[in-house]
Amino acid sequence: MTEKLVVIGNGMAAGRALEHLFEEAPGRYEVTLFGAEPRVNYNRIMLSPVLAGEKAYPDILIHDEAWYRRHGVRLRAGRKIVAIDRAAKTVTASDGTETPYDRLLLATGSDPIIIPLPGHRLPGVATFRDLDDVETMLKAAESGGRAVVIGGGLLGLEAAAGLKGRGMAVTVVHLAPTLMERQLDPAAGYLLQKELEGRGIRVVTRANTKSIDGVDRAESVTLDDGTEIPADLVVMAVGIRPSTALAKAAGLAVNRGVLVDDSMRTSDPEILAVGECVEHRGQCYGLVAPLYEMAKVAAARLAGDEAAAYAGSVTSTKLKVTGIDLFSAGDFAECEGREEIVLRDASRSVYKRLVIEADRIVGAVLYGDTADGGWFFDLMREKTAIADLRETLIFGRAYAGGAPLDPMAAVAALPDSAEICGCNGVCKGTIVSAITAKGLTGLDEVRAHTKASNSCGSCTGLVERLLSATLGGAYTPKAVKPVCGCTELGHGELRRLIAAKELKTIPAVMQELEWATSCGCAKCRPALNYYLLAAWPGEYADDAQSRFVNERVHANIQKDGTYSVVPRMWGGVTSARELRAIADVVEKFAIPTVKCTGGQRIDMLGVRKEDLPAVWADLNAAGLVSGHAYGKALRTVKTCVGSDWCRFGTQDSTGLGIRLEKFMWGAWTPAKVKLAVSGCPRNCAEATCKDIGVVCVESGYEIHVGGAAGLDIKGTEVLGRVASEDEALETIVAIVQLYREQGWYLERIYKWMARVGLETIRAQALDDRAGRRALFDRFAFSQRFSQSDPWEPRARGAEAHEFRPMADLRALEAVR
Amino acid sequence: MNAMTADWIEIGRVEDVPLRGARTVKTPAGDIAVFRIATGEMLAIEDRCPHRGGPLSQGIVHGDAVTCPLHNWVLSLRTGEAQGADRGCAKTIPLRIEDGRVLLAARVLAAAE
Ligand code: SRM
Ligand SMILES: Cc1cc2nc3c(=O)[nH]c(=O)nc-3n(C[C@H](O)[C@H](O)[C@H](O)COP(=O)(O)OP(=O)(O)OC[C@H]3O[C@@H](n4cnc5c(N)ncnc54)[C@H](O)[C@@H]3O)c2cc1C
Ligand code: SF4
Ligand code: FES
Repeated sequence: MTEKLVVIGNGMAAGRALEHLFEEAPGRYEVTLFGAEPRVNYNRIMLSPVLAGEKAYPDILIHDEAWYRRHGVRLRAGRKIVAIDRAAKTVTASDGTETPYDRLLLATGSDPIIIPLPGHRLPGVATFRDLDDVETMLKAAESGGRAVVIGGGLLGLEAAAGLKGRGMAVTVVHLAPTLMERQLDPAAGYLLQKELEGRGIRVVTRANTKSIDGVDRAESVTLDDGTEIPADLVVMAVGIRPSTALAKAAGLAVNRGVLVDDSMRTSDPEILAVGECVEHRGQCYGLVAPLYEMAKVAAARLAGDEAAAYAGSVTSTKLKVTGIDLFSAGDFAECEGREEIVLRDASRSVYKRLVIEADRIVGAVLYGDTADGGWFFDLMREKTAIADLRETLIFGRAYAGGAPLDPMAAVAALPDSAEICGCNGVCKGTIVSAITAKGLTGLDEVRAHTKASNSCGSCTGLVERLLSATLGGAYTPKAVKPVCGCTELGHGELRRLIAAKELKTIPAVMQELEWATSCGCAKCRPALNYYLLAAWPGEYADDAQSRFVNERVHANIQKDGTYSVVPRMWGGVTSARELRAIADVVEKFAIPTVKCTGGQRIDMLGVRKEDLPAVWADLNAAGLVSGHAYGKALRTVKTCVGSDWCRFGTQDSTGLGIRLEKFMWGAWTPAKVKLAVSGCPRNCAEATCKDIGVVCVESGYEIHVGGAAGLDIKGTEVLGRVASEDEALETIVAIVQLYREQGWYLERIYKWMARVGLETIRAQALDDRAGRRALFDRFAFSQRFSQSDPWEPRARGAEAHEFRPMADLRALEAVR
Repeated sequence: MNAMTADWIEIGRVEDVPLRGARTVKTPAGDIAVFRIATGEMLAIEDRCPHRGGPLSQGIVHGDAVTCPLHNWVLSLRTGEAQGADRGCAKTIPLRIEDGRVLLAARVLAAAE
């Protein structure tokens, strides 16, 4: 008698298992196949090309009616199984019919995750899993309109590209900072975002959806920050969950998925399971390759092969959007003993990264050029030792075994027609003949004569290599001290390129400027964060994790891990109310030390990190705000009593100091900035050893720049004299803005001045009136985004994770 | 015995720790720093720099290392070992993730000997 096999779910895994089974043991089983979808088995992967209009439903069929007939399969399409009775060995379908089985194969796949947002049930909200979903989307797309795709993973992006191709205006909202963060590192995520944006798809990252709004149907999506995005269609593509309800109700062992062993058996030996619904060795899969391997093992087992076993899979991902080449495989976490090889070619938008461990490839991310994806994947799966290939590995299979690609040799090998400078369309031949014919010897001359490297400058390295290839030993490039080991660029070039190429995020800088590491280091990240903040006020989203702890938690860390708190004391002037608030805080939080600083204000030292928000709340209540004693920012403005009280005072030095501090506080700068205003040349505020100082005289205000009294002692130089307080303010603000735009990270004003010269500063920030005003205006504009007390939101609970331990296990020990 | 499983103790969820950041866990034997590096992987080490006790949880995280906020030693989060010319080691603590929950080896509950 033939045994009865019942299969639940007519998807890709079940279909593949049956194919293998009919090959290995034709006629052994009488097969009944239940599928909830009212159709035959089709290639689910190809739903994306169907949505995009590159394929039609008939093109993606896997098994037609004839196939089922040929193999004697009783196909029950459109009938869902609602219960399994393991004792009676029967299954019940949605129409009430019962079917007996000897062996059962579960292949229920997974369900799209639906976030229960307000409005998620409105018409016009779709998921992306089966043909019905595609039809819903196509119907919506017929009338054009706007689509919002929630989720920037593989499915969401394929949906977005498809809908865009169908003529909708598409916005993707994504929770993480970069797209497809599970498969891609930030650099590749950045390139992908740039490409999609280039195709007119709007991408909003770090976006948490709050609700879907509309009366009778979806009309818009609202984000956490209040942004409202109009939408005629909302596609939720936020992930999948193994479909396990049926198995669970039948009493099978289920964790995230239906648990199976290496023989694909569930906790009931008569029931096997394959596909996305299973969990094998702690792993659930969402791609077809592993399902195919499982299907093969399940079929062999059903055919009686007791040795067949599944050992888990290594997976790789490709995005199926025409014209986008992207590949990722394996594990690209950084681990001890792991190294990375990174290749970036900014001009072609290529990024490749291999992760190597114990002489084997363990992970790969390729963007822009994925031709070698398969080759890397094979090397990875087969655990091939790569020592011999290592030098040229990243260049791909074509170079394998060849001579190492020396950059000099590579430039020498370029044909004369190769374009070197993309901005100005200058090719190699033009540059080389200019060098030889005109006897050029340096980069500046090449720039002057050929225009190569004269615009964005990203080909500077190539031009320099051409110079040395042509001139040999006669050429010595100017030595630039690189920012850190991650780049060859110095601070100056880096700042210039950020502006010229309009780079607005850290991953953008790292890709376009060909960083040698995947995520930078403790030296370059804070510098980049500052440069981007200074270049794009209001646009750049500050990256807290690229800041030194003091700037991240807005207090100064002390030797024992406690913090000091220094509120602003404008111009060094205080009041009974402020002093009382400080006294109260000191007592309430048992702060061990209160000290007057060298900067004319009060420091509370030894505050516990957990107490910081509460301390700030009390200080805020009395009107006290952060003094930025921790920041590469405006610190104190020291003053003396001036004309208000002093018998020698010539001007209101206290008033000017307060005005300066109130106007300039909150501004971030390359290094700290300290100011002082003295009422007369006796200089009691020590203005002549500050970054910028003012010495008041009868005829006006003498402005001093470039002093220091720390590691180096340096008296200031006189920039000039202005007649009014307004002019003094405008000039000082202009100097600081110039410094913000030109200074290198951690370079104080006196060092910047030594580099650019006092004359340049005088010309731009004092003599050129229009230029001075423009600098002032740019500073004022940037203050709109940075002049707010960082203590205030934190006192109200923002970033609570910084101040609270994740868990406190101290009490647990007591109960043990 | 407490309510948790014998060998592992739950301290929270993966998302509780900012990417490229850290959180602390207080234990009888001192604080532990729980890191989540750029790739999403999580690692735990004692929150005490072998140099002069700096709180490593407060440092800048890069790759699988952290730069101590007090005097810039760089420590591997994987071995606890100081990198470069510096010599010293912070204790590492076994950590596991299960369904988005973060678990530490329960031996962290033992008070310092
Ligand atoms: C608190 C204070 C000492 C005091 O008790 O008076 C102080 C304390 C620190 N100073 Fe200072 N400096 C303090 C006034 C000064 C002064 C005097 C002044 O501002 O008139 C100077 C000389 C003037 C100058 O800056 O040129 C000064 C020159 C330095 C330097 C050397 C800077 C340089 O470029 O040469 C450093 C080191 C650094 O920044 O790298 C420094 C660094 C520090 C740090 C931030 C050390 C550190 O990195 O942890 C100290 C942390 C303080 C804290 O936790 O609150 N501190 N420091 C003063 C706070 C002033 C304020 O109200 O904000
Ligand atoms: C748009 C899209 C694009 C994709 N692109 C790729 C890609 O490029 N590469 C890749 O590797 N993977 C891709 N995938 C994933 C791939 O399609 C799945 O991994 C694969 O289809 C899973 O196969 P399965 O048989 O486990 O589940 P499914 O194919 O989902 O089949 C399960 C079937 O069971 C039915 N069912 C569920 N419960 C019951 C029940 N109680 N009774 C009866 N029937 C039931 C369901 O209706 C469904 O038809 C993509 C998926 C989608 C949706
Ligand atoms: S002088 Fe040195 S010890 Fe004193 S506060 Fe400044 S940095 Fe600290
Ligand atoms: S305490 Fe960590 S470097 Fe000094």
